[in-house]
Amino acid sequence: MHYSFFSLLRNAMTGHRGWTPTWRDAEPKSAYDVVIVGGGGHGLATAYYLAKEHGITNVAVLEKGWLGNGNIGRNTTIIRSNYLLPGNIAFYEWSMKLWERLEQDLNYNAMVSQRGILNLYHSDGQRDAYARRGNAMRLNGVDADLLDREQVRAMLPFLNFDDARFPIQGGLLQRRAGTARHDAVAWGYARGASDRGVDIVQNCEVTGFIIENGHVTGVETTRGQIRAKKVAISVAGNSSRVGAMAGLRLPIESHVIQAFVSEGIKPLIPNVITFGAGHFYISQSDKGGLVFGGDLDGYKSYAQRGNLPTVKDVCEGGVALMPLIGRLRILRNWGGIMDMTMDGSPIIDKTPVDGLYLNAGWCYGGFKAVPAAGWCFAHLIARDELHSAAAAFRLDRFARGAVLDEKGQGPQPNLH
Amino acid sequence: MRIPCPFCGSRDVSEFVTIGETSGPRPDPSAPDAAQNFFTYAYLRDNPAGPSEEYWYHALGCRSWLKVLRDTRTHEIESAALAREGAR
Repeated sequence: MHYSFFSLLRNAMTGHRGWTPTWRDAEPKSAYDVVIVGGGGHGLATAYYLAKEHGITNVAVLEKGWLGNGNIGRNTTIIRSNYLLPGNIAFYEWSMKLWERLEQDLNYNAMVSQRGILNLYHSDGQRDAYARRGNAMRLNGVDADLLDREQVRAMLPFLNFDDARFPIQGGLLQRRAGTARHDAVAWGYARGASDRGVDIVQNCEVTGFIIENGHVTGVETTRGQIRAKKVAISVAGNSSRVGAMAGLRLPIESHVIQAFVSEGIKPLIPNVITFGAGHFYISQSDKGGLVFGGDLDGYKSYAQRGNLPTVKDVCEGGVALMPLIGRLRILRNWGGIMDMTMDGSPIIDKTPVDGLYLNAGWCYGGFKAVPAAGWCFAHLIARDELHSAAAAFRLDRFARGAVLDEKGQGPQPNLH
Repeated sequence: MRIPCPFCGSRDVSEFVTIGETSGPRPDPSAPDAAQNFFTYAYLRDNPAGPSEEYWYHALGCRSWLKVLRDTRTHEIESAALAREGAR
């Protein structure tokens, strides 16, 4: 069903009895051309672009739980392309361009809102670093504006400009960045893939890979064996676990990061703001809740929940940046499992097993990458060659010493 | 999460930092396969979902390095011992 003003009007006139399910909840067949393990944003986007751009529709997306229960529904919904390194900028800018036309492409309202992201700086050194980043972005055709203190004050007068330790001196603004409704992204891609013949199979956990003579020929699942010519892993925080089933040992640690939403208030925060002196980022949802987060908890976890010291740390950062939120109540907080790589950058590559492809290591930045990761991963699966925008995201870059370390932290995942 | 430091007793996790799972001794740089060994040592992780042996540092306490056995699915801590015990 095509969504439009007329379909809305027609259904409104007929008591909304004409709506059909957005996507098809499929039963697994015994064989496919491509099986995608993981029905999150990345897996669904991969399936969509495989079908749409490469005409490969005999595809199954296997999801161990229900659609959208993983990180696609647990992030803070920020989309941006304010990266520094050449290997990253082109990729994230491609993602940003796909976000900008996503809703027309999917015919689905993902509530993409280009409200801008402002990274605040609080010292001369930090201003220099942001000027450098902004220049790198502009050299690559990405929009960036370096604002001084008064320009920031005109935009966000409620910030704590005169903090004794971390006075706000200005910020780096990317106007095209913003937020998107994360669940709708999953549903939109699921609908687009499902309409083109992709089977989305829920409650189907992969328990093993069938590997014959170094070539993958299928997967074992909780709903039986499924044969496949190609198998693609896109399982975020569980990459190490699933990779181990195929004998892979990956440069990844799984960490928990927490996110928070406050009670709903009237419109206050017009864009996405990040605090440069601590680690804190915040935006306001259309429903009115403030959506915010901060650092990783710092230890490995598969628990999808964090601990109190980090909750405290995030809230302290928030109140230092904008004291006016001090009396707000937190409505919910939750955790998601991040596949943190050793250099803080992702992996889209073939694996040593023939026919087995890997999309992993998105750290805490997987949401903004959903469209381009799906696009580039589909390209790799369909054509067996790397997409130019993701050419730096190789699995062997650690062994080659060609790491892509945006923050320069070294192989210490909890610091990225 | 509280960690039973053998020296200080049960202490809150905010006093500690971790560098992740124990990875064995540093490889021999003069060995012929040193490059491969250092790659494995520096970059590859088992990252198990379940009991995991990790190094934790009691930064805001006795400043000892600990070897902690912790379940990554539940955050339950089975044991914590001084890392130097049992080291080479």
